[in-house]
Amino acid sequence: MALLQLAEPGQSAAPHQHRLAVGIDLGTTNSLVATVRHGLAEVLRDEESRALLPSIVRYLPDGTTEVGHVAQAHQASDPRNTIVSVKRFMGRGVKDVAHVENLPYDFVDAPGMLQIKTVAGIKSPVEVSAEILRMLRRRAEQSLGGELVGAVVTVPAYFDDAQRQATRDAARLAGLNVLRLLNEPTAAALAYGLDNAAEGIYAIYDLGGGTFDMSILKLTQGVFEVLATGGDSALGGDDFDHRVYCWALEQANLSLLPPSDQRLLTVKARAAKEALSSKPTTTLQARLSSGQWVNLSIGADAFAGMTQHLVAKTLAASRKALADAGLKAADVKGVVLVGGATRMPHVRRAVAELFGREPLTDIDPDQVVAVGAAMQANVLAGNRIVGDDWLLLDVIPLSLGLETMGGLVEKIVARNSTIPIARAQEFTTFKDGQTAMAIHVVQGERELVDDCRSLARFELRGIPPMAAGAARIRVTFQVDADGLLAVSARETTSGVEASVTVKPSYGLHDDDITRMLAESMGSAEADMQARALRELQVEAKRLLEATQQALATDRDLLDDAEFNRIAARMTELVERAGAGDTAALKLAIDRLAHGTEELAARRMDRSIRAALAGRRVDDVLAK
Amino acid sequence: MTDPRHDHFALFDLPPRFALDEASLEQAYRRVQAEVHPDRFAAAGAAERRVAMQWSARANEAFRTLRSPLARAAYLCERHGQPIEAESNTAMPAAFLMQQMQWREELDEARTGEREAAQALAREVEARRDEVLARVASALDERHDYADAAAGVRELHFIDRFRDELAAYLSDDSTPEGGH
Repeated sequence: MALLQLAEPGQSAAPHQHRLAVGIDLGTTNSLVATVRHGLAEVLRDEESRALLPSIVRYLPDGTTEVGHVAQAHQASDPRNTIVSVKRFMGRGVKDVAHVENLPYDFVDAPGMLQIKTVAGIKSPVEVSAEILRMLRRRAEQSLGGELVGAVVTVPAYFDDAQRQATRDAARLAGLNVLRLLNEPTAAALAYGLDNAAEGIYAIYDLGGGTFDMSILKLTQGVFEVLATGGDSALGGDDFDHRVYCWALEQANLSLLPPSDQRLLTVKARAAKEALSSKPTTTLQARLSSGQWVNLSIGADAFAGMTQHLVAKTLAASRKALADAGLKAADVKGVVLVGGATRMPHVRRAVAELFGREPLTDIDPDQVVAVGAAMQANVLAGNRIVGDDWLLLDVIPLSLGLETMGGLVEKIVARNSTIPIARAQEFTTFKDGQTAMAIHVVQGERELVDDCRSLARFELRGIPPMAAGAARIRVTFQVDADGLLAVSARETTSGVEASVTVKPSYGLHDDDITRMLAESMGSAEADMQARALRELQVEAKRLLEATQQALATDRDLLDDAEFNRIAARMTELVERAGAGDTAALKLAIDRLAHGTEELAARRMDRSIRAALAGRRVDDVLAK
Repeated sequence: MTDPRHDHFALFDLPPRFALDEASLEQAYRRVQAEVHPDRFAAAGAAERRVAMQWSARANEAFRTLRSPLARAAYLCERHGQPIEAESNTAMPAAFLMQQMQWREELDEARTGEREAAQALAREVEARRDEVLARVASALDERHDYADAAAGVRELHFIDRFRDELAAYLSDDSTPEGGH
């Protein structure tokens, strides 16, 4: 089969063909997909040449869905089943959502993350987001003419672990191979930096529909190093709309409105806000279901006044990020505006005033994140062009810690630590003969557990009975390059080792994903198995190619016995991949992956030494 | 000791000393990350992706440690068998404790009185901090008296905690930056 045509071990494989990869900006209000074609990043459009897909999903009684503009057209007539701004609910419980009383949905407060009762059944925000992602994936595959190798999906930099986990789950549910979760401001910086070959300190002010981020980056010779990030994952253009909405209720002497009128008035409020970006006054007109007309006039100054406190919040978060980076506003060489909400003139003025310079807006603030994500996706998929090299070093936005005695938080990983990161801390038992220890993982900056977000709880069992204080329990936090956390705990003094690894409880379990995938595709179990087999075959191919490449460049790191062992496992894997036995294929993949670990470590060692030797050569040449 | 898998200095090919050229450290850090960062292995096999994450985390930890003078000094002390153990080893010289007491009293007075008093105190703390850092530097690089270096690092932990409190007080009612 063509899938597994390979060169002999040790010989160079054929040059890679271009792999289809996309960047997806999954926004609160609108979403986009972009790719790099013929070396240029471009946003992919629908049949009607529209780049933005409204992030709106409508559920119909027959179980089908409408996504985007079609759903948008029904948002006022069918508000309960038409979900807008679902991003605000990702990884959130009902009590976390602001103005919940003004939302037309029938919420179900499930543990960890809320759910919404629709005419087509109960839906989690992960499933709703997956509908949007699936639509974008389809758009990309149609316009690129092939299956995607993978996608970079962007998230607000200030998203916590629960929100990131939920986003990744949504992408998996949409059948996307997530190459990386990328922070939105970092993606924007990438788009700008590469366009302008920028160097120095840059601030990215990203005010989207529902989230605000401020990232401070240092650009040096193609390295994008995030120094600090700050923000508010529940502050965005929606809140400005809501202020206008509340103002309209007051002015028109209205109180409790039915859901359809709430939605109608919110839509009109948003339209008024947008109109005020280009003219000094506008009118807000709506005919309510009672037949009553609302007809109000609003000026830009009044609008700026009623939303000034929201702008002030973004400035406070910006100053905090600057302070965290150890910098002053004057150190910043350029300020980039990202997100549709930065079109508001009073927002622009405030940012210009804070930094003492006019912000940059040359790239469309709606598209810049998707463009940066597409560039990163292109590189991560393996379409790297020599000489066109960059590296993103990002940070974790919020501190991670553990609950200790008295409901206090012991911080293990500080906010703004560069990722990936692994940190361990030792704890001990406080009672004689204690055999179990409860571990509660939290995220946030406050001292008290109750003021932080609870991410996961688990128990380390099987600690051998010892005197109080004698056990040594080592808890390790590991945050990967996606900003996702894994925690493990181990008792180290005794011969007995108990260990457990958790994923935060807000994320879905793998079997949930599998079940949802099956449901969403309405497919039989046989289909699922065929899909699983195909995914494993792709994984096998990728592993074989990677091993091939490693052997081609670094064969000399292995002695003959080691080389032969790897070659044998490669042969085994090629055979298994063609045989159609899922379990045997999985085993063969694991065996080869395991068998190449030492080679991977030696290769890494060699490349570090080579890199450092290169520095010495440069130094000599410089003199 | 010189295996880059375990030693921070060896990882960046830098001499294991307190005196350090920051530009060289930053350059070496970026060079190492350029080789080991997981983004370089997104299309590689599972083993390589795992190794990349471990190495990249190692490089971040080493950079974080070496970049901060205090953490670097503590690391060097540990490397020479003089762990800091800041939590358990809190026995400090009497003269040092007396000075800490005096500083805290001055800060309390400044809270109710003149802002200039707090600024003067901040300058004093800064000067004292520089002195102790210089002592630690000479203990590590010249005198090779690692016990004295460790004692200095412990003092610096105290000084820095006080310095943070003072900075928090000073920035509390300061005017916001920018806008001119």
